[in-house]
Amino acid sequence: MPSNIVFKRGFASTVYKLDTLAFVESAGGKISPSSLSSLNAANQIGKPVTAVVFGPGGESIAADVSKIPTIQKVIQVKGDKYEHYLAEELAPTLKEIIQSSSYTHFLTSASAVGKSVLPRLGALIDSQPVSDILKVVDDSTFVRPIYAGNALATVKSNESVILASVRASAFTPVDATGGSAAIEEFSSSAESGSRTEFVSEELLTSERPELGSATRIVSGGRGLKNKETFDELLEPLATKLNAAIGASRAAVDSGFCDNSLQVGQTGKIVAPELYIAVGISGAIQHLAGMKDSQTIVAINKDPESAIFNVADIGLVGDLNQIIPELTEKL
Amino acid sequence: MSTKLRVLVPVKRVIDFAIKPIINKTQTGVETKGVKFSMNPFCDIALEESIRLKEKNKDLVELIHAVSIGPSKAQDVLRTALAKGADSTTLVDVGDEEVEPLTVAKMLKQMVERQNANLVILGKQAIDDDSNQTGQILAGLLNWPQATNASKVEVDGDFVSVTREVDGGANTLKAKLPMIITTDLRLNEPRYASLPNIMKAKKKPLEKLKPQDLGIELVKRLETVKVEAPAERPKGIMVGSVDELVSKLKERKAI
Repeated sequence: MPSNIVFKRGFASTVYKLDTLAFVESAGGKISPSSLSSLNAANQIGKPVTAVVFGPGGESIAADVSKIPTIQKVIQVKGDKYEHYLAEELAPTLKEIIQSSSYTHFLTSASAVGKSVLPRLGALIDSQPVSDILKVVDDSTFVRPIYAGNALATVKSNESVILASVRASAFTPVDATGGSAAIEEFSSSAESGSRTEFVSEELLTSERPELGSATRIVSGGRGLKNKETFDELLEPLATKLNAAIGASRAAVDSGFCDNSLQVGQTGKIVAPELYIAVGISGAIQHLAGMKDSQTIVAINKDPESAIFNVADIGLVGDLNQIIPELTEKL
Repeated sequence: MSTKLRVLVPVKRVIDFAIKPIINKTQTGVETKGVKFSMNPFCDIALEESIRLKEKNKDLVELIHAVSIGPSKAQDVLRTALAKGADSTTLVDVGDEEVEPLTVAKMLKQMVERQNANLVILGKQAIDDDSNQTGQILAGLLNWPQATNASKVEVDGDFVSVTREVDGGANTLKAKLPMIITTDLRLNEPRYASLPNIMKAKKKPLEKLKPQDLGIELVKRLETVKVEAPAERPKGIMVGSVDELVSKLKERKAI
């Protein structure tokens, strides 16, 4: 688009700041692990990184973010309206921040919040976002998965403000200590006029590591037959390994566990050090969510299961015998 | 008296979900010749939801209009939509070009205006480009409320409550019409079109437009440099017992 190129040239000669703005999310009073991973991707773009923190609980989070050595500056946006990270409220304010300081890049983790807000921001600033990047090639070129991870596309963005979401499992989290970035408050004059109201939430409480950032995952599928067997077999094994519990779509649909534990193209994308797939056949949609794990173990009674094609170690047999035995011997 | 719903359901024609795509020799995309195409599964769910809204309350839904932006063959998915229960359809024929979500959303905005729609239900993502963007961009362009990853939709007068799948659980949002909803897998189980309905669908309206008719130019903001296969995992081993499994895990320092 020729007009775009002209705009870019003008832009480069008049504006000296070429920074990356990174959206940092918190959960349970802490910086979310996926945001720490997205900050690593932000560093790889090679420009100074400013972090932006929203919400009423933002003060302690902003203080935590300021300790990340690679952050130049933290922008804190206060206000109750940001409490639930509604895209309707976040997007206009982000647009204001981006345009007030002429940021060239905006990054968020590809979390549920990130996926909701990024494209809406794209609409407001007329920029086509890049979803779920796995790799930063240079400041405008990224690798991202398409077709459930069966192909990797290298895409170059010609936008004057590049918007991208980051696949957390593809980047190691940044160090969160040792820095002392300045914290600035930003008061937005943007009125979203939002008609969206937050009603309630039901979050799964668990003592286990969070699925998206766990180093070990024990995951169950249809082969576990019912919720009782799912819990009975997987809970002790996960406890022994200090692992998170995951599931295939079939297990979730059959009510064995909560939706938010689904691993796959449309659920969580994970890449732990160890992934133990129990009674999971290995549909391409499931593989899309876990095939970058370091070590994959598959335990299934059907030797023809597709899961064995990606497993480093496979064991064919009866789950009801194998899993308790494995739990005991670990 | 509450507002009647005029629902717009965008549907995309994609390579069937069960097929493993093969990357073409020039590394510019995936092979499409002789490959089975179907309606994107999430779009199917979006369509099903709009039909269920209508079936639950006949007075509530005035119209379900399905639209597809794609090649002329995308007519097939629109005929499927008509057979399942859409009232009318539009094909915006863009030829074989892949159209980016921002451009698709701009065309959909025009369609919203043409159809005077007050509810748009879309799939949360297309299983080919996996962008998960179009619904949110459209909501931004229209400045309408958005509820992504819906697992439950309830209409009460001019208000719509949507339960959404989010990281760590679920949350519920409520918004006043007009609004945008994107569907998650668990929203519903789409129906199959019956043979009589497939026959009837041939007589239902299918309007054909070009992007120019909507005043939209097909521009590309992102350039695909190349498309390649992901690195293959080294071949694994099969073990015969739990003891062997444990010792192999120790060897790999996985435990």
